[in-house]
Amino acid sequence: METKKIKAPLTDEDVMALKAGDNVLISGVIYTARDAAHKKLVELMDKGEELPIDLTGQFIFYVGPTPEKPGQAIGSAGPTTSGRMDAYTPQMLEKGMKACIGKGLRSQVVKDALVKHKGLYLAAVGGAGALLSKKIKKSEVVAYPELGPEAIRRLEVEDFPATVVNDAYGNDLYAEGAKEYAR
Amino acid sequence: MRELAASTISDHVAEMCEQANIYLGEDVFSALKDALETEESPTGKEVLKQLIENVEIARDEQIPICQDTGFAVFFVEWGQEVHLTGGSLEEAINAGVKRGYEEGYLRKSIVSDPLYERKNTGDNTPAVIYTDIVPGDKVKISFAPKGGGSENMSAVKMLKPSDGEAGFIDFVVNHVKAAGPNPCPPIVVGVGIGGTFDKVAVQAKKALFRKVGESNPNSKFADLEKRIKDKINDLGVGPQGFGGRNFALAVHIEDYPSHIASMAAAVNINCHACRHLEKII
Ligand code: SF4
Repeated sequence: METKKIKAPLTDEDVMALKAGDNVLISGVIYTARDAAHKKLVELMDKGEELPIDLTGQFIFYVGPTPEKPGQAIGSAGPTTSGRMDAYTPQMLEKGMKACIGKGLRSQVVKDALVKHKGLYLAAVGGAGALLSKKIKKSEVVAYPELGPEAIRRLEVEDFPATVVNDAYGNDLYAEGAKEYAR
Repeated sequence: MRELAASTISDHVAEMCEQANIYLGEDVFSALKDALETEESPTGKEVLKQLIENVEIARDEQIPICQDTGFAVFFVEWGQEVHLTGGSLEEAINAGVKRGYEEGYLRKSIVSDPLYERKNTGDNTPAVIYTDIVPGDKVKISFAPKGGGSENMSAVKMLKPSDGEAGFIDFVVNHVKAAGPNPCPPIVVGVGIGGTFDKVAVQAKKALFRKVGESNPNSKFADLEKRIKDKINDLGVGPQGFGGRNFALAVHIEDYPSHIASMAAAVNINCHACRHLEKII
């Protein structure tokens, strides 16, 4: 099974080169945001105000890590359920976000927005928080520290494993994968 | 009458919170390894390898298996010959949770008001506690940190007795199918049948505390557990929903007598991070 190495942030060409079902290893800088941070970001967009981070080309990882122990870059850090971010994702893509990482099903509206804005939805292995934490080399809170585990963090990742679920061509691994193995 | 100090309960609970979140039980771990043997999908295999490695990293480096260290759920069987001194059971358990989650660097995921403020309580309390008074002079505490992602994929349905076995199977399988990749498969499916609306949900939760690999003591239900598991795996959803043979590691049914007019059914899903621990004091 082939695994593709990719660099974050992404360009449109990077996005178009990936297809649902591709396994990737991500290296570079990515950002985190969960429900509460998304809500704040979208409120700023609605008011036409500047965001605390530039979303152009960026990956957003849906995660609320455990507190790090002294000496650790980050605590356990696996993906959270993406569906809760569905309401915000089209606007995030409009603002330049290129990829989001979570786990679980997305709405049709999100899948359509991925096609329209050339974006990707990837899943990291849900519940593999200890393993994924080892792929995060540096972590720093860059916005909303008052949100605790829901603060926005800037992460430096190396060979962070994920699988493309929804690509910019409208393919959906969750639908196609199950079909292939159903009996 | 045996005397037991509330502080002793707190000490045990604090330790259990840390242990359960870091060390996956041998029962679930070997079920994951068995799943790797039978998995046909290459991506499914890769997922299972990552999950096995994850368990090993968590154990060797003392990192929580999953970042969602859950709602702290307890089933307590309290021997009626035991007298608790120095506080209430609820306080003692919550004090243990508070300490365990703080000292264990576990995530605090509980908000005080579910609808309006949703302000984090800061120490992962209060816990959810079920208590049974039983004969004897021992106290058995069972603990599970229950993740939100899989808990959200749960349901209760008041089936009609005429729905029969087929209706019951359909309810469980269709529900699990709709949950799909959300509860982090491979999953353990806790199922309750019988009792009242509230009782059946507790039975489904209790089913998740059973060791993976053990069956319902009634052979008819044991056989039904196997058949439902096969049906779920035949959906092809597979590990993480990427397609494959292993969607469910186990189906556990807990039955209870039923009213003549009812056939209550409940599904409570657990992810592969099916953390549970018990201690007899
Ligand atoms: S469903 Fe389980 S494995 Fe998945 S994120 Fe929640 S607690 Fe972790």
